[in-house]
Amino acid sequence: MAEVHIRKVVKKYDEVLAVRGIDLDIRDHEFVVLVGPSGCGKTTTLRMIAGLEDITDGEIAIGGDVVNDVPPKDRDIAMVFQNYALYPHMSVHENMSFGLRLKKFPKDEINRRVDEAARILDITELLDRKPKQLSGGQRQRVAMGRAIVRNPKVFLFDEPLSNLDAKLRVQMRIEIKKVHQKVRTTTVYVTHDQVEAMTLADRVVVMNHGVIEQVGTPTELYHHPRTRFVAGFIGSPAMNFIPCTIQESGGQLALRVNDQISFPVPPARAQKYSQHKGNGSVLLGLRPEHLTEAKSQPEPGIVPFDANLEVTEPMGMETFVYFPINGDTICGRVNPTAGAKDGAPLKMAADLNNMHLIDAKTGLVL
Amino acid sequence: MTATATSSVPSSAKKGYGSMSRDRQWALRWSYFFLVLFVIFFLTPPLYMLITSLKTSQEISAITNPWWVFNPTLDNYKELLGSGTFLTFFRNSAVVSISVVIITMLIAVPSAFALSRMRFWGSGALATGVFLTYLIPETLLFIPLFKMMAVFNEYTGIELINRWWVLLILYPTLTVPFCTWIMIGYFASIPKELDEAALIDGATWMQTLTKIFIPVALPGIIAATIFAFTVSWAQFLYPLAFTTSESQLVLPVGIITTLIKGDVFNWGQIMTGALLGAAPPLIIYAFLMDYYIAGLTAGATKG
Repeated sequence: MAEVHIRKVVKKYDEVLAVRGIDLDIRDHEFVVLVGPSGCGKTTTLRMIAGLEDITDGEIAIGGDVVNDVPPKDRDIAMVFQNYALYPHMSVHENMSFGLRLKKFPKDEINRRVDEAARILDITELLDRKPKQLSGGQRQRVAMGRAIVRNPKVFLFDEPLSNLDAKLRVQMRIEIKKVHQKVRTTTVYVTHDQVEAMTLADRVVVMNHGVIEQVGTPTELYHHPRTRFVAGFIGSPAMNFIPCTIQESGGQLALRVNDQISFPVPPARAQKYSQHKGNGSVLLGLRPEHLTEAKSQPEPGIVPFDANLEVTEPMGMETFVYFPINGDTICGRVNPTAGAKDGAPLKMAADLNNMHLIDAKTGLVL
Repeated sequence: MTATATSSVPSSAKKGYGSMSRDRQWALRWSYFFLVLFVIFFLTPPLYMLITSLKTSQEISAITNPWWVFNPTLDNYKELLGSGTFLTFFRNSAVVSISVVIITMLIAVPSAFALSRMRFWGSGALATGVFLTYLIPETLLFIPLFKMMAVFNEYTGIELINRWWVLLILYPTLTVPFCTWIMIGYFASIPKELDEAALIDGATWMQTLTKIFIPVALPGIIAATIFAFTVSWAQFLYPLAFTTSESQLVLPVGIITTLIKGDVFNWGQIMTGALLGAAPPLIIYAFLMDYYIAGLTAGATKG
């Protein structure tokens, strides 16, 4: 087990910059998830840690040793691939023990490790089967087993759940978390699914266009995003961005959305935002759960406004409502008992205590 | 009972189902029609060979129904199999073909692996080049090759012409490019993650080839093997040009040169020899047909 340090790492494919000089420190035992849209450089970063891609510039160290020129087999890592990459002609046991057999481990040791991994992953009864006789979830377990038996310094997961159906994905997500709790190996996990990132990670690394947008715990990223991209990427349904201007009238700072709607800035935030007064291009970021039905009792920082619902999506324990503000569709989350109906007006309320203000030009959260 | 059940089906549904099944029936009839044509076209020659091989020379030249054997005899088979020369041809053919298959595979499989998986400068152009060499017909090559061997003899004193083993050098020029090409296609159908997994597991390139690629690509390798064997077994021009002594001849050339004497054609034995000569590839195909098809179509669909 080991730490992973990434220093100013650049990856260039011909003229295309896939990774633009990223820095990242992954602590021992940590579960770090790299997340971002396709083409953001997350898989390239993982493959550079694995040694499957050359590093154009910068430095990667595993366990304190710089591994830039170390071949994959000598990096003491194990990787789980999206399509499992199980050797089709070998049984589960042979698949899991392949690496150990190449390293000429004694037979007893191999069997002990395979049995142990099989027990952790609950695949003991599958050891004699061939990959094609297994279901998707079982194959995924075997792929993880192959990683576990090696007892490597670092586990690398490349979108391991993408090929599974939604239900199995949730199940395997929990399995992966349990396995990590048992073996505690440093893990780097790549996914484009922010839910996977939030649920699995000790720390999430959000990447976009080859750079790291933000690194933080899932809660940090959710509540304190640093950029518009992170704010919009983390959370489902995504955060709403409402264009507005900061105005001051009678000593009170307010966000004017349009002629009808103006949200007063809560006093706690007024000082922070007052320096941006007059900035005509800011975005008010509000998550759907902070746009709810108006309560009868007014609360500080919660501002009611009228909305004409276009579409409602009853989910059972909550209902998502969609309504227009200045031509943009805004998503809110209301109580199923709030009486939200398609095409009907509803008194909504914005919880400005949880607002974010974003500079539309720089994309930075103010 | 059946009538009642049928009448209860709505007429529109019945019509739809009927028309679909009629389409299928027609498709089936047409496919059978063409299959029968195909079978007649391809099986008539071997059938004629079989019939002729069971006749005496007198019966072959007699004006009787050529499609019927009136006095069947196995004399042609006895004579041919009893003569040392035919067995020599057969042995030469077998030794040459099997050796060529082994040589071809030893070259084609590793080169296909290198060309499809180990990224190096010019690997793409090299892969295309390999295939292009296959497109050059041997009719264009045998004279320059002959000359090359004469020059080689001049400088080294080693005689290559009229030695059966020279075919072991010549045949791979035909089999290696095509087999390499087939194997490149087959290896390309193996997911890249498989060799990456092997690399991370600690395998060298050679171990990846022998422990992962060859077992996984076995159908492709068998297809390539069958191809190499068939080409070597049926090759006519090179042995005709490069071997002349009876002891050095392979089957296709041996049959022609020893059983046709001037304008005397020993048809019975020629047919027998051809039939016996066609047997080994036929047997191989019969046993390995499934692999052959799987091997040739592997690149088409992701399995």
